[in-house]
Formats: sequence, structure tokens, C-alpha cells
Amino acid sequence: MPRAISSGKLVALVVVLALLALAPLTGSHYVIDLATEILIYVLFALSLNVLIGWSGNVSFGHAAYFAIGGYTNAILLTTYEWPLALAMLAAVVLSMICAGIVAWFCTRLTDIYFAMLTLAFAMFIWAIAFKWRDVTGGDDGFVGVAVPALISTRVPFYYFTLAVVTVSSAILWLICHSPFGKTLVAVRENMTRAGFVGVNTRLVRWTAFVIAGTFAGIAGAILAMYNRGFYTESAFWTESAQVLIMSLLGGIYSFFGPAIGAATLYLLERGSISTPSTGPSCWGSSCSRSFSSCPRASSGWPGKCGRWPPRAGAE
Amino acid sequence: MNMLADPNFFTIQVLNSLSLGMNLFIIAAGLSLIFGVLRVINFAHGAFYMFGAYITYSVTHTWGLSFWWGVVGAAAGLALLAVLVERGLFRFIYTQEHLMQLLLTFALVLILGDVAKMIWGTDQYSVSYPEGLDGATHLGIEFAYPVIYPSYRLALGVIGPVIFISLWLVIEKTRWGRLAKAATQDREMLAALGINVPLIYTAVFIVGAALAGVGGALASPINSPTPGMDATVIVDCFVIVIIGGLGSLWVTFLGALIYGVVFNFGSVIVPNGQDVFAFLLLMLVLMMRPWGLFGQPEGAR
Repeated sequence: MPRAISSGKLVALVVVLALLALAPLTGSHYVIDLATEILIYVLFALSLNVLIGWSGNVSFGHAAYFAIGGYTNAILLTTYEWPLALAMLAAVVLSMICAGIVAWFCTRLTDIYFAMLTLAFAMFIWAIAFKWRDVTGGDDGFVGVAVPALISTRVPFYYFTLAVVTVSSAILWLICHSPFGKTLVAVRENMTRAGFVGVNTRLVRWTAFVIAGTFAGIAGAILAMYNRGFYTESAFWTESAQVLIMSLLGGIYSFFGPAIGAATLYLLERGSISTPSTGPSCWGSSCSRSFSSCPRASSGWPGKCGRWPPRAGAE
Repeated sequence: MNMLADPNFFTIQVLNSLSLGMNLFIIAAGLSLIFGVLRVINFAHGAFYMFGAYITYSVTHTWGLSFWWGVVGAAAGLALLAVLVERGLFRFIYTQEHLMQLLLTFALVLILGDVAKMIWGTDQYSVSYPEGLDGATHLGIEFAYPVIYPSYRLALGVIGPVIFISLWLVIEKTRWGRLAKAATQDREMLAALGINVPLIYTAVFIVGAALAGVGGALASPINSPTPGMDATVIVDCFVIVIIGGLGSLWVTFLGALIYGVVFNFGSVIVPNGQDVFAFLLLMLVLMMRPWGLFGQPEGAR
């Protein structure tokens, strides 16, 4: 059974959720939009962390599943006029299937070759999205997503996002703290020894990859509705690198780390920051400035780089 | 594919493949060299390429010098930048994990992209062809009608092999080249023999970055210098370096030629399919032979 969460963390979690639930009371469009965007990226980063932090496989192509979820949801809702529940379900299932296929090939490799193959698949998927103009809109992006009336306004959409992200994160938390989660950690720490004690390491890594891809698809599906569109930039390798940095910034060996990293990065991009120009902080301000000058991307790298070098144990 | 049956068209496509492949070879050779010796996969290599293109623009348009001075300026500028980057940043990450190195070089991509925007803005510039190469050449071959090809692209197909042979000579025939090769094999042993290994690292990084700069300079008349050109070229270079196999210059050269052919003929067979084919090739190679088409598997991976 999942280990009980520490009381300090629990209080912090309840406070954060309460604040998020109350955010629309501020009445500020800016706050609600910002919170929605952060929530989407929080889920995206948390999903990646199952793969990097828990199973120890660094994916450089996680944006692919984000994009598959996003494009599928956008296309089914708009072109085929499917109801939301079906469209989103289909988007998630398709992300899951694609992740399953890619994972089957990628898990044959490890380390840098694994990372490069995930990158290759992601760029292949990007190239398809870029060239298949009739369906995806090509480099103009898929615009004018038909969002169901129920959640077409700002506040209901925010609550919809909050609910989906909270439930998804809770499922991820349960997965990470289940016996399966422990197995993932065992594989990360020493794949050979995990194999010796009877763990099918490749199957375990495959499953982690599929879980990560599935939840990235959910995040992408929400983003497509939030933006009323989906663009090829969200499938490009820079997006994969960005979510990787988000996760590392917050700390990949902690469950909530990537969530904090994603929020921090997003806030850094939005707020004009002036950090003391010492070492890595200097990159951070530079990163976020460079990203704020190029639309639809955000990053930053303030202070130390997450919990690096890794701590011995997980969580 | 009726078009491919036309010998004229076919010849042009072969030449296109050659000029594209050779231009990318110059850049990928730098990436491969840096990886071979420093063992760092440098994401910022694309940014070096972009800087090369921008510097060429500045030298030719702002200073009014000739294109070839632009190429020299790009090499010199990148060499200078390389010293700063290697001594100031890379030196501290050689012992880190690959992932950490990738992230540092990615941070560098963002910073350099930012610096480029501060210096040159976000405009798209155009660099004119060098004098004497701005026209087209009759190749002396005639099928239904004579084959005419842009002189500058033809020149690229010559410059690439020239750089390849010079690099090969430097690596195989000079003391410095042998030291660099030795550093890829066993850096501790080399240091124990009294060789200044950090100096070799710096030198290799300078050469690698200068190659990216020259590649950018040579590409600038064809690909206008513009923000974002770094993100696409680095992926092309990854494809070349990986399909060939990390290791020797030969393999990068062959990888570049294959990439050129796949990219150009891919777009003929399926219009606009060039990227799809390139990445498909990369995937297939990684799945079948992760160590590259011509590489050797590392002992215990």
C-alpha cells in the first residue's frame, strides 16, 4: 500500500489545492489563465517524471505524446465534431498506443541511445504534423478548436483543468507509490540486479513509458482546448527539452518536484525577473528572457539545478 | 517517379544531395569531433552554426568586406567563442553524467539564441553569393538539354571534400591530430605521459566550433540567417552523426552523403516528405544498429 504522505506535505498540498480552487475568486483573467497554463504544464512534467525520475530513462521526445493528445483532441472535436468525453478519451488512448509502440522499440536501448531514439521518434511525429497540412494545419497550426459550450468560458474551463489535473496527478502519485513504483526505482538504481531478482526490466520500463505518454496526452488534450488550437512548436524537440528542464529544476527524485519546477519556470517566463547574476542564476534570467522573446515557449534555470547530483533514495 | 527517369533531373538531384550533404558535413564534422574527444553531445553546436551565418552577414554587409572574409570572420569569431565556452563552462561538466551535459548545452542554446537576438535582432537577413559564384555553370553534360547548375552549390560540393581531406590529414598525419585521437582512447594515460590534455580539449573544441561557424557562413547565401535556424540544423547533424556512427571522420562524411541523398530524393518521391524520410532513416538505424551504419558496437554498452 502507498506509504502515508508526511503531514507537512499533506498540509502544503491541501493549502495549494484550496488556493487553486479559490483562484477564480480573484476575478482576474490573468490569474485564471496563468493558473490554467501552469496546471497543464504541471501534469506534463509529472507525467515525464514517471519515466525519468522513477524508472531512470531520459526521454528527449516527450513532446510527441503531448502533441498526439493535443492534435487528436483538436481534430476529433472540430473536424469530426465528437463529444468532449469521447474525443478526449480517444486522444488519450491514441497517445497511449503511440507511446506503447515507440516504447517497444526504445526500451531495447538504454542511456544515450534510448534518449536519441525517443528524440528520433518525436521528430518523426513532428515532421508528420508539420507536413500533413490537410489534417493538422501544418506549420500554421490547427486553429479554431470547437470547445464544448459547457467549458468554453474561462472559469468553468479552469475548474475542468483543475479537476482533470488533480485526478491525473493523484493517479500518478498512486502509481509511483505502489509496489510497481518501487519496482521502477529498483530498475533505475540497478537494472542488472533488478533483473536478477526476477523483474522483467524491459516490461517495467515499457510500462513506465506508456504511463508517461498517456498522461502527457491528457495534458496535450487540455492545452489544445485552452489555446483553441494546437501548433507544431508543441511537438518540436525544444518542447521536450523544456519539460525536461522543468522536471530537473524541481527535482526528479521527488514526486512533486517537477510540479514545482513547471510552475516556477512558467512564472519566471511571465514575470520579468532580475536574479542576482551569479553562476547559474545568470543562465536562468537569460533563458527566460530568450524564451519570453520567442512566443509559445518558456523556460528558465534559476539557482541550482534541482536535486542534482541525485540523492541515494527515492522520494 | 517518372521524373527520376529524366537524366537531367536526376543529375540535378544528385548534385543537390551532394551540396546539401557537404554543407552539413562541415557542421556535423565539428559535432562529431567534439563528441569524439570531449564526450559531450553539444546541443549548442547549432547555435554556433547560426552565429557563423550572422557573423558572415555582418562582415559582408556592415563592414562591406568580401564573402570569403565573412567565412574567415565566422571561423575566427567561433574560435573565440569556443575558448570562452570551453574554459568557462564545459570544463566543469566533463565528469558529469551525459544528461547533465545535455542540459548544460541546452541552456547554452537558449543563452546564445538570446545573445544573437540582442546583437542582430529578429530580422531575416540575406547574404549575397560570393563574386564569381553567383551565376550558373554548364557542366558540359548534355542529355535532352545541357545540365546547368548554380555555381555556388557546385562550389559547396568541392569545399566539403577539401575540408574533409584537410581534416583527415591533420588528424592522421600531425602530432596534434594523433594527440587528439589518443585523447579519445584514454585520457588518463595521455595525461600520465605528460601531455596537457585540457589544452587538447580546448583545441579540439575550437576546431569543432570553427567548423560549425564555417558551415554557417557557407550556408548563409542559401539559408538566410534568421533566429531558429540553430534548432533545425542541430537535429540534421544528429541524424548524420548517428546514422554514420560516432567515431571517425569517414563515417560522418558518408553519413552526410546519405543524409543528402535521402533528404533530396525523399522530397522527390513524396513531395514535402524530406524531413519524414530523414527521421525515418534515423529511427531505423537506431533500432537496427544503434552504433551507426559504419560504426562498431562499444564493448559493454
